[in-house]
Amino acid sequence: MIRAKEVLAVIYSNAYDEALPELTNMRTMGSVPFGGRYRLIDFALSNLVNAGISKVGVITKSNYQSLMDHLGTGKPWDLSRKRSGLFLLPPFLLGDTGTFDNRIESLKGNMHFIGRASEEYVIIMDCNVVTNLSVDELMKFHEDNGADISVVCKHGKTPTLSNLMTFDIGEDNRVNKVSVGAQPDESDYSLNIFFMKKALLERLVNDAYAMHKKSFATDIFQANVDTLKICAMKSDKFAVSIDSLDSYYKANMMLLDSANRACLFNKARPVYTKVRDDMPALYAIDSSVKGSLVSDGCEIKGEVINSVLGRGVKVEKGAVVKNCVIMQDTFIGAGAHVENVILDKNVVIKPGKTLVGAENFPVFVGKRIVI
Amino acid sequence: MSKKAECIAMLLAGGQGSRLGILTKNIAKPAVPYGGKYRIIDFPLSNCVNSGIYTVGVLTQYQPLELNDYIGNGAAWDLDRANGGVHILSPYQQIKGSEWYKGTANAIYQNINFIDRYDPEYVCILSGDHIYKMDYAKMLAYHKEKNADCTIAMLEVPWDEASRFGLMLVNDEGEITAFEEKPEVPSSNKASMGVYIFTWKKLREYLLADEADPNSSNDFGKNLIPAMHNAGERLFAYQFDGYWKDVGTIDSLWEANLDLLRPSVDLDLSDNSWRIYSKTPVSPPHFVSDKASVENSMISEGCTIDGEIDYSVLFADVTVEEGAVVDSSIIMPGTVVKKGAVVQYAIVAENAVIESGAVVGEKPENVANRDDWGVAVVGAGVTVGAGAKVAPKAMAGEDVPAAK
Repeated sequence: MIRAKEVLAVIYSNAYDEALPELTNMRTMGSVPFGGRYRLIDFALSNLVNAGISKVGVITKSNYQSLMDHLGTGKPWDLSRKRSGLFLLPPFLLGDTGTFDNRIESLKGNMHFIGRASEEYVIIMDCNVVTNLSVDELMKFHEDNGADISVVCKHGKTPTLSNLMTFDIGEDNRVNKVSVGAQPDESDYSLNIFFMKKALLERLVNDAYAMHKKSFATDIFQANVDTLKICAMKSDKFAVSIDSLDSYYKANMMLLDSANRACLFNKARPVYTKVRDDMPALYAIDSSVKGSLVSDGCEIKGEVINSVLGRGVKVEKGAVVKNCVIMQDTFIGAGAHVENVILDKNVVIKPGKTLVGAENFPVFVGKRIVI
Repeated sequence: MSKKAECIAMLLAGGQGSRLGILTKNIAKPAVPYGGKYRIIDFPLSNCVNSGIYTVGVLTQYQPLELNDYIGNGAAWDLDRANGGVHILSPYQQIKGSEWYKGTANAIYQNINFIDRYDPEYVCILSGDHIYKMDYAKMLAYHKEKNADCTIAMLEVPWDEASRFGLMLVNDEGEITAFEEKPEVPSSNKASMGVYIFTWKKLREYLLADEADPNSSNDFGKNLIPAMHNAGERLFAYQFDGYWKDVGTIDSLWEANLDLLRPSVDLDLSDNSWRIYSKTPVSPPHFVSDKASVENSMISEGCTIDGEIDYSVLFADVTVEEGAVVDSSIIMPGTVVKKGAVVQYAIVAENAVIESGAVVGEKPENVANRDDWGVAVVGAGVTVGAGAKVAPKAMAGEDVPAAK
């Protein structure tokens, strides 16, 4: 049986930043706020530590100040350790390490970290996937199938991410064909959670890098689909791959469904995040809240319908907030009306202002903007 | 020897809080939950950190398991330090035998070695029984300014309540001229808050003398401070104005929680400059459904609300099902209020289950004789059966069978 102690984890914090330009303008995909009190990287980190994995490298390329601030020493995830724990891996432009422009390059650039690790296996994840994955199950799947590489996939509408892999999966879970590029509307698409022996990863990356290959999908997966046993584990749980502002909005809204919440948040595998020591949310006399997710530190005097509120959001008297995703410390003035809107952190909607987006096209307001 | 500290704090957290009944059956009073996500001890601990006191000894004795576990290494209050930090000080065995902390002064006496390690100029003595936000640094500055040997924080209380407190008579300089312990006819309304700053050299001297006195009950208020006063030491009163509440009884605990919902009460927990820290539970944001109605309440993370909540404080991970009513009540972590149950004017402790149709507590206006009314209490882990009733003022420490 594979033990968690034998597994090294690598998280890409910048993967698919370009799919969410509005939110990743000043931050990494990993530090995008989600679900009221979380950042996207919390899900990947929690999945790992809930399985007992305690050595995690976070590869980052740019805009990583907010990520560093969020992660700190890794304490909230119990990753502040004397041995192993959390390692932040930015590019350091020394010798041939490159600028981490693609997956192969950034893995190659971190071979000193990966190569030196004594763990036998490696698990690789992105941050744009929101799911509560049992990594124990994945490890068992890998072993039971005798796979060289295991990958987690999901059946459904194909996300519009560049270089996304979709799979043809045989009865025996084996991936028979890997497609990249033009994709069908519906497919078994990759959630980009990979599990394999570390030595195999080192060999694949070194070979690809030596040949000036750049694509993880085509040059590693597609090229080796016949020679390696690649197996796909289908996730039938709540799993969303965020590929656009619209899907980011919808993924937040999905948390208003109790079945989805029960799947993503459960006592056996909790989701950890940095704490902020806010007081509990305060509801005033005459406030009205329906069908909404509300975080600590919120003060609600107005009306909130069908929305996700981050920490410390204030909704003043007479204000109406409907179908919105609101990030921390944003202020909605008295009598204001916001509907189908995503408000980033520290936004101020002045009293009486109205801001309405469409249901399939939410309006986005950037950090610290005053309206 | 540790690095010298100017002022360290000693927090007396060994109290049973017997007047809180079943709420302190298995936990010490300072560990009693308060305000949706806090415990009483979060207030003095946060005050220490916010006042720049980073060495805190926490003296525990009664049911310390939960309290020790809660404090841990002090990280939640930023008190996990290389120098100083938080230390749990329990009674221990010595060559001459072992003894419990006999009184507040004896508890400090038994930890003279701990204090000496930091060689402080001043020692701040605190209790883990009160809800208040206070800058001890200002009080220390006052202590130094007055060149005092002991400074006692005091609060002006309403005259009609003054006889419940330990009172002080103070001259124009702020010097304490006399003490009155719960007098029938008070001649002062300046009440002691149980917060003291001593010049350590002096306190050490009086602790040794107090211990040597076989007739002493080794208590600060009863013995040590009067002894200092009688010997003519410089005792000063430091006036505090702000919210302060002793949560020693069920009624005062209930009131102090609901005070958080009254805008006129001077206790702002959202104040960034004086944050109250606590161990935050790992739970998602709380969810208020379409069927729910929430007004004038405080709700913590992890709650799921389908019922009606009014004028109440809900701790983390509380579930209130459809059609249930929670009114003027305090519901502690993990409790479930099932369909159609009513919880009113009550405190429900952790992980209790109020089965459907059960009624806990009663509105005061529905009780014929006002003396029969009081806040109802349901103990930790207790199940109140379907349709059962918990009368006002009652304490349900055991499961209540379902109504037939």
